[in-house]
Amino acid sequence: MSNVHPYVGRAKSRVDGPLKVSGLARYAAEFTAPDLAYAAAAPSAIAKGRITSLDVSAALAAPGVIEVLSHENKLAFPEDDEPFKNDMVAVPGSPFRPFRDDRIHYSGQAIALVVADTHENARHAATLVKATYDAETPNVDVAAASHYQPPEPRDGIPPTPEPRGDAAGAFAGAPIKVSADYRVVAEHHNPMELQATTVVWEGDGRLLVHNKTQGVVNPKNYICSVFELDAEKVRFVSPFVGGAFGMALRPHYDVFLAVMASLKLERSIRLVLTRGQMFTMGWRPDCLQTVSFGADAGGRLTSIQHHAIQATSHYEDYQEPIVNWSGFLYDCDNVALKYELGKIDTPTPSDMRAPGATTGVFALECAMDELAYAAQVDPVELRLMNYSDRDKNDDKPFSSKELREAYRLGAERFGWSKRSPEPRSMLEGRELIGYGMATGCWEAMTMPHKARATLTADGKLEVACATADIGTGTYTILAQIGADALGLDIADVTSKVGDTALPMAPVEGGSWAAASAGSAVKDACETLKAELLNHARGIDGSPLANAALDHVVFANGRIALAADPSKAVSFAEILKGAGRDALDADGGYEPDKDFAKTYAGYTHAACFVEVRVDEDLGVVRLARVVSAVAAGKILNPLTARSQILGGVVMGCGMALHEETLWDKTLGRVMNASLGEYHVPAHADIPDIDVIFVDEEDGSNPLGVKGLGEIGIVGTAAAVANAIFHATGKRVRELPITIDKLL
Amino acid sequence: MMNFSYTRAETVADAIAAVAADPGARFIAGGTNLVDLMKYDVMKPERLVDITRLPLREIEATDAGGLRIGALVPNSDLAYDARIQRDYPLLASAILAGASAQLRNAATTGGNLLQRTRCYYFYDVATPCNKREPGSGCAAKTGVNRVNAILGTSEACIATHPSDMCVALAALEASVHVEGPNGPRVVPFAEFHRLPGDAPQNDNTLAHGEMVVAVELPAPRFGRNHTYLKLRDRLSYAFALVSVAAALDMDGDVIVDARIALGGVAHKPWRVTDSEALLKGKPATPDSFGAAADAILSGATGYGGNDFKIELARRAVVRALAQAVAGEPQVQSDKSVN
Amino acid sequence: MELDRLAAAEPNPVSIALTVNGVERRLDVPPTVTLLDLLRERLDLTGAKKGCDQGQCGACTVLVNGRRVNACLQLAVMNDGAEITTIEGVGQPDALHPLQEAFIAHDAFQCGYCTPGQICSALGMMSEGHAKTAAEIRELMSGNLCRCGAYGNIVDAIEDVMGRSAFKEAAE
Repeated sequence: MSNVHPYVGRAKSRVDGPLKVSGLARYAAEFTAPDLAYAAAAPSAIAKGRITSLDVSAALAAPGVIEVLSHENKLAFPEDDEPFKNDMVAVPGSPFRPFRDDRIHYSGQAIALVVADTHENARHAATLVKATYDAETPNVDVAAASHYQPPEPRDGIPPTPEPRGDAAGAFAGAPIKVSADYRVVAEHHNPMELQATTVVWEGDGRLLVHNKTQGVVNPKNYICSVFELDAEKVRFVSPFVGGAFGMALRPHYDVFLAVMASLKLERSIRLVLTRGQMFTMGWRPDCLQTVSFGADAGGRLTSIQHHAIQATSHYEDYQEPIVNWSGFLYDCDNVALKYELGKIDTPTPSDMRAPGATTGVFALECAMDELAYAAQVDPVELRLMNYSDRDKNDDKPFSSKELREAYRLGAERFGWSKRSPEPRSMLEGRELIGYGMATGCWEAMTMPHKARATLTADGKLEVACATADIGTGTYTILAQIGADALGLDIADVTSKVGDTALPMAPVEGGSWAAASAGSAVKDACETLKAELLNHARGIDGSPLANAALDHVVFANGRIALAADPSKAVSFAEILKGAGRDALDADGGYEPDKDFAKTYAGYTHAACFVEVRVDEDLGVVRLARVVSAVAAGKILNPLTARSQILGGVVMGCGMALHEETLWDKTLGRVMNASLGEYHVPAHADIPDIDVIFVDEEDGSNPLGVKGLGEIGIVGTAAAVANAIFHATGKRVRELPITIDKLL
Repeated sequence: MMNFSYTRAETVADAIAAVAADPGARFIAGGTNLVDLMKYDVMKPERLVDITRLPLREIEATDAGGLRIGALVPNSDLAYDARIQRDYPLLASAILAGASAQLRNAATTGGNLLQRTRCYYFYDVATPCNKREPGSGCAAKTGVNRVNAILGTSEACIATHPSDMCVALAALEASVHVEGPNGPRVVPFAEFHRLPGDAPQNDNTLAHGEMVVAVELPAPRFGRNHTYLKLRDRLSYAFALVSVAAALDMDGDVIVDARIALGGVAHKPWRVTDSEALLKGKPATPDSFGAAADAILSGATGYGGNDFKIELARRAVVRALAQAVAGEPQVQSDKSVN
Repeated sequence: MELDRLAAAEPNPVSIALTVNGVERRLDVPPTVTLLDLLRERLDLTGAKKGCDQGQCGACTVLVNGRRVNACLQLAVMNDGAEITTIEGVGQPDALHPLQEAFIAHDAFQCGYCTPGQICSALGMMSEGHAKTAAEIRELMSGNLCRCGAYGNIVDAIEDVMGRSAFKEAAE
């Protein structure tokens, strides 16, 4: 068995695969209880104003209805904001709370919650809730809102960098100038799983909550805080998450209302939102951007100016690092960056896959392509010419940056050298061929995590952390790390996540889970090993009596002397000797603050895209994508590749399909369905080639930088740049639909 | 979804009698559109009469040399039927351009004719829509109307008919066999669907209680020179922004007869016979295609978000005619437009 | 028992018989219940997923009398007498179907939520017999959305199984 090690760094199919392919993996809406009742939320018909009357009599009289809750008969909750800010992902402002009062903040806001004996009866009765409103005129267009710099910065994101040099002056004097406006439109995450909560009422105020979340600890803390519950009586268990991409970072109204109903009725409740209601919560906000470059005659940047205006809600100042990337991705001494918000009548936006970078780098990388044409330099060459070896935003060196190699390997695999630079110069049949590329970048972050490793007498190891596996492969990489640490076959290792009874983890986001939870598990395993050796040494006549950790090998269910493997003690003997059925050890990970002070940590990618565009009809077809990624150590190339594929596919959707369409008069999302909000389908996605560039990084014990977001950053720009190369049309507002190419 | 009662009909006569007697009753077959609309309260029948057990599942030859397709023949069975593939490839192609394999397995021939518009406002009960709620207004005209009609619209409604199959049936001059409380009748395809006018709540000319029992295809023509070209916002599993069914009779390079129908542009499959007449006896050249396209789109009006459809439709007609002339119909799994 | 409680609350339930994964079930079901909700909420077969409830995502795909359909758009009462196969009936962890194994081997999923629908849909597609090329697989699988973007791996998994002669023979 020892020949399978190390697992880390090698492809391993998902340990949770058999459950997922056989339908046995249970998601939040799939737990049941004998006293389960079904809830359905009735939505507001207006986007802004007040409810003047709410008539729930017909709903209450409908078959099977148990209760109808609203702002008029809610379970009391605190008036002040603070309890609702017990949310790791809260942003400055006053958090939304359902049923607070008669005020409507956005279209589709829940105005009542019907609880009935069956799903069908709840759905039926929800349609019988009647409201009248005092409606005000909504504005859902950020361009029509007044703009301001957020007075209170959002915690956990880098601030907008101060200007350096004289960007305006350098621009004015530059021989080559490029300046353009870009618009990234509103998008919704649309994970396949509907937002849902099942609350199991266990009696005596005890709640077992299954909630779709990217980290069980966060909604538990929030729920205990807002309903003033004893944390000992509340447990959140969410072993599987059907995709999230950021939308399940913050607690949503499903968990709030389901818990409220459960507490009020003292019974178990299931609330599954509809696909339409998935458009009544977090979203990637609309963003207007202007990027201006000054360059010398050869294309070397002398000035970078990037201004972004992004949408947020009226009640909170959601913020993203949109413009920051323009301050360090390329080497330039004259930089001016500005970030503003505009308030509109929608729910507060939320982080969606690489928030900030996806939006900002789109504009930056399209502008680089425009500069490449203005300076008549190859786009890859232009990026190499302006390559930055230092993060000038914070004046720090990079912890590692193998972006040059990513450009080289990506271009080589793609066949970039076959590109003829002139737009419309490559044609096959009626299709114009376009090659485009762009750079991607994302912050390499880690967060404090705790973990536990438990070895049982049968030689099985369990590694546990409250983090989530939202499809990223966390279960698998934690098992790989545990198996390597104790020299076990991975079949003898179980990983557990998604349970507040497990050691603490923050939300799973920002691409930090693998590095952080993985390091915590590794730490717990190292402690467990020391403890095992300690017990082994204490056994009467132990062959390891004088052995130190670096003189022994953990393999084949034993600890053996490295110098003489015949001298060994089995794990079973150790536990027997210790008089224990199981031994466990706690571990943890804290970000290395000194390292972070010294170095800037980022993942990078080079994305190359070939498009085919029908010369008359504007039909765009993606032909192939190559994404070369430098992201430190790759724990599992199989699942790692899938993460990049996922990011690239979402980037393709952003480039070509995805747009949330509001009726500007009604303030209402009009394409709130998967039939009309188009995410890419099988037929849209070509072969995608993923390259992982070797990169050594010292920011954490695993050398991992994270992969969940980097795949999307730059992809939409690469597609847009390829379309320009194919057609000569520079489309600066996404998505690039057929009408924009006619 | 409102509660409703459910009846399973054993004969066509029983089904018709059950629905005719009850203004709140509706037939249900594949349910792929109706069940969805009921879930969101767009349609609220009080009673559903299940007609799936009726003997309307055959595809039979007619004396006229065509085919009579039972109303309950699933879309997928129809598309892959050997006779359809051989003699009516335009119809097969149009069906396969629509929806998904799962939906085509469930959806029926009759139901396809009766599917309702995908106008965003029709689907959202919180918004005004004259088709859903006569007299409430049309929010689409000044709202998000990217998917809406450019031809045959009215003050009351700018919805489109969403079917792909019906566009081909219009081009093939199918007829619709209807039975109802007042007996059977046969409706030419062009007269089956209607323009919205001031009664957009009526998608077609069926009276309450009338049931589509079959669709009849005339004897096959256009075996070689045809295509179904569909343009949309994603390369599969999306409704048409514009689609074109084109079918030609050719004599060498000269067009003897032509049929052109458009989808995604009007409240019904859009055919302009005058435009087809323009092509008769003409050489198959881009100029003659353009003239026909202009004639089809004569009077087209955009509402802002869908203005692009006018030019897109024009170009799509020209390309579809070129495909048909070349005998190289669009293959629905091939995403490059040849 | 749970079923009785649920059924009793509804007016006019209809008696139907279904064979689900080879097991015959006699049920009283209100007409408003979809096949998907019947499976998930009344039979505790949660493998078929609810992703949109509108026939717009394919996550609920099951085989009805061997044909792939969206369970969310089927009224349960209209399926009286039908044979239903859900993902639970395709194969279980100790005896996976070759396609389920191929999905694991090719990492043809991430979150796993669309996966039962993708697998049932692919099985339906294989028995339909119209997909011969990767482009045809892509087109005929387009009714199954995957937001994690596993499309390429899903096609690889399907091609892998379609390419195995043993499977071809078994299917014939």
